[in-house]
Amino acid sequence: MAITDRGLKPAPPRRPPESRRVRRIAFSHRLSHWDVKFSPYLYISPFFLLFAITGLFPLGYTAWVSIHNWNLIGGQGEFTGLENYSFVLSQPFFWNAVGNTFSIFLLSSVPQVVAALVIAAFLDANLRAKTFWRMGVLIPFVVAPVAVGLIFNNLFADQFGLVNEILRFLGFEGIRWHSDATASHVAIATMVNFRWTGYNTLIFLAAMQAIPRDVYESAAIDGAGRLRQFFSLTVPMLRPTVIFVVITSTIGGLQIFDEPRVFDQYGLGGSDRQWQTLTMYIWELGWGQRNFGRASAVAWLLFLIIVLIAVLNFFITRRIANQGGAK
Amino acid sequence: MSSIPLIAQTAGKGAAKAAARKGGRRRRPGPGGTGRRPGFITYGFLGAVLLGSLFPLYWSFLVGSHDSTVLSRGIPLIPGGNFLANAAEVMDSIPFWQALGNSLVVSTVTAFSVVFFSTLAGFAFAKLKFRGSKWLLVFVIATMAVPTQLGVVPLFIVMSRFGWTGSLWAVIIPALVTAFGVFWMTQYIREALPDELIEAVRVDGASMIRAFWHVGLPAARPAAAMLALFTFMATWTNFFWPFIVLDPSNPTLPVALQLLQAAHFVDYSVVLAGAVLSTIPLLLVFVIAGRQLVSGIMQGAVKG
Repeated sequence: MAITDRGLKPAPPRRPPESRRVRRIAFSHRLSHWDVKFSPYLYISPFFLLFAITGLFPLGYTAWVSIHNWNLIGGQGEFTGLENYSFVLSQPFFWNAVGNTFSIFLLSSVPQVVAALVIAAFLDANLRAKTFWRMGVLIPFVVAPVAVGLIFNNLFADQFGLVNEILRFLGFEGIRWHSDATASHVAIATMVNFRWTGYNTLIFLAAMQAIPRDVYESAAIDGAGRLRQFFSLTVPMLRPTVIFVVITSTIGGLQIFDEPRVFDQYGLGGSDRQWQTLTMYIWELGWGQRNFGRASAVAWLLFLIIVLIAVLNFFITRRIANQGGAK
Repeated sequence: MSSIPLIAQTAGKGAAKAAARKGGRRRRPGPGGTGRRPGFITYGFLGAVLLGSLFPLYWSFLVGSHDSTVLSRGIPLIPGGNFLANAAEVMDSIPFWQALGNSLVVSTVTAFSVVFFSTLAGFAFAKLKFRGSKWLLVFVIATMAVPTQLGVVPLFIVMSRFGWTGSLWAVIIPALVTAFGVFWMTQYIREALPDELIEAVRVDGASMIRAFWHVGLPAARPAAAMLALFTFMATWTNFFWPFIVLDPSNPTLPVALQLLQAAHFVDYSVVLAGAVLSTIPLLLVFVIAGRQLVSGIMQGAVKG
């Protein structure tokens, strides 16, 4: 705008008297100075304000609530110290939930990463209609976890479920997906895998495409087949990406709630809590039993578990990364 | 999701190292190279994967188009004619249209606000110089590791203090801007917007906010589209927090769906018809704009 103005009007028009001009420039200068100095903070402030209110404060406040008697309706009660923690830790339900959470998490993340790697390797070929295939694998991602839960709840129905019908057709016994603990974990893990495998596939695919093609060329010249190339080249080079996917799915997996919650209509994780996870347990304590103090104690314990796993992950990652460098 | 942009940097490094070790030989086609087309096995395998992705949805429609006795009569192979009746039953038993409207409002508002505030912050982090910017950005990234779910109890207490439990505000407000969004936009704007452009606008006397509006926002458009789409979908499918804070009489779609199961546990044709109905809108969005989402995920992973 101003550039063209300058070009059009070589002779500046009549100027205001000297003193006024100086003051105005000074003022606009100062304004502009403030603008430069403070507006960045203004622009980033929405995030920090919101995080302070809905992220940081609740995290600290959870600790506060967890050392009090606290009822959903009645609000804050007396200070109890670590009583909520010791109560929760002495509950078999808590440890049951810990076990279930880890079992479901392992059953979902391990096959998921493997499947995503394999599918990505196939997608990494010089395909026709690339975008079509890529979008195809991402379709499950648009199905809400609750809907996924309902659909698979039906597929894994004990009586007339498709999976059991197929098993019986093949001559096996039907599996009691809703009463056997391990079976229910497998069913729930299947839902998680259904929804997330495609998403992780795309992440792997992107990393694969960053691998220079001539690496494969030289391998091919050395006589390595496609399978050998996959195991000796692709997988080792993707190691950092694999580890990252594992870490993120760990954080997500340890908080799993939606799918197990709708795996039956009661939402407590089965008649014997066969598939009650930690987040479900938090919900049960807080909104089922209205005991916010105990719910907060479990929330903090879950947080500690996640931090612990993250630190563990970090060290394993470092270790593996170092080995990769030494090779 | 939050980790995507971090991944490939490392992969890139490994790849670069490998290239340095082995690089510089003759060109020949490898996987994904320019050379030979993959054969039947590849397409067959991918076709099977695609069928696997689609099958649960199709099954849902299949059962949802029959009456409640269908499964006791064996496995249905072709859709029946009962879908509309089941859909009507869904709408009778849960406030379906209200839930659809709520989901639409929540997802749209969240998507717009996340894009706006994240771009604003991303613009500042990527292009403006200010004291502490580096550490503040590190802090933003660190917050991604804090599982927000764990603060639900106090968040609920806060919301009920404000009298927002049961209202959509309780769902919208905590989601107005995300750490992932800020980080994502920072990364993108850093590369996509030349410093000279901002300087030019500034020399012309534009204020910071004008520079953002006229140069920053337009430059960020592709990344903003991906972020909007992703936020929309994530909000639409979100369950845990809406389930806790919303009233069953004023639900979002996933919350309403879960109510449907409680009411119709034995009649799976109705429950699954509801699952289909709740998925259709998002499926439409995906068919129209999914290309953007896919390339966004891919791009996010490749960029460092």
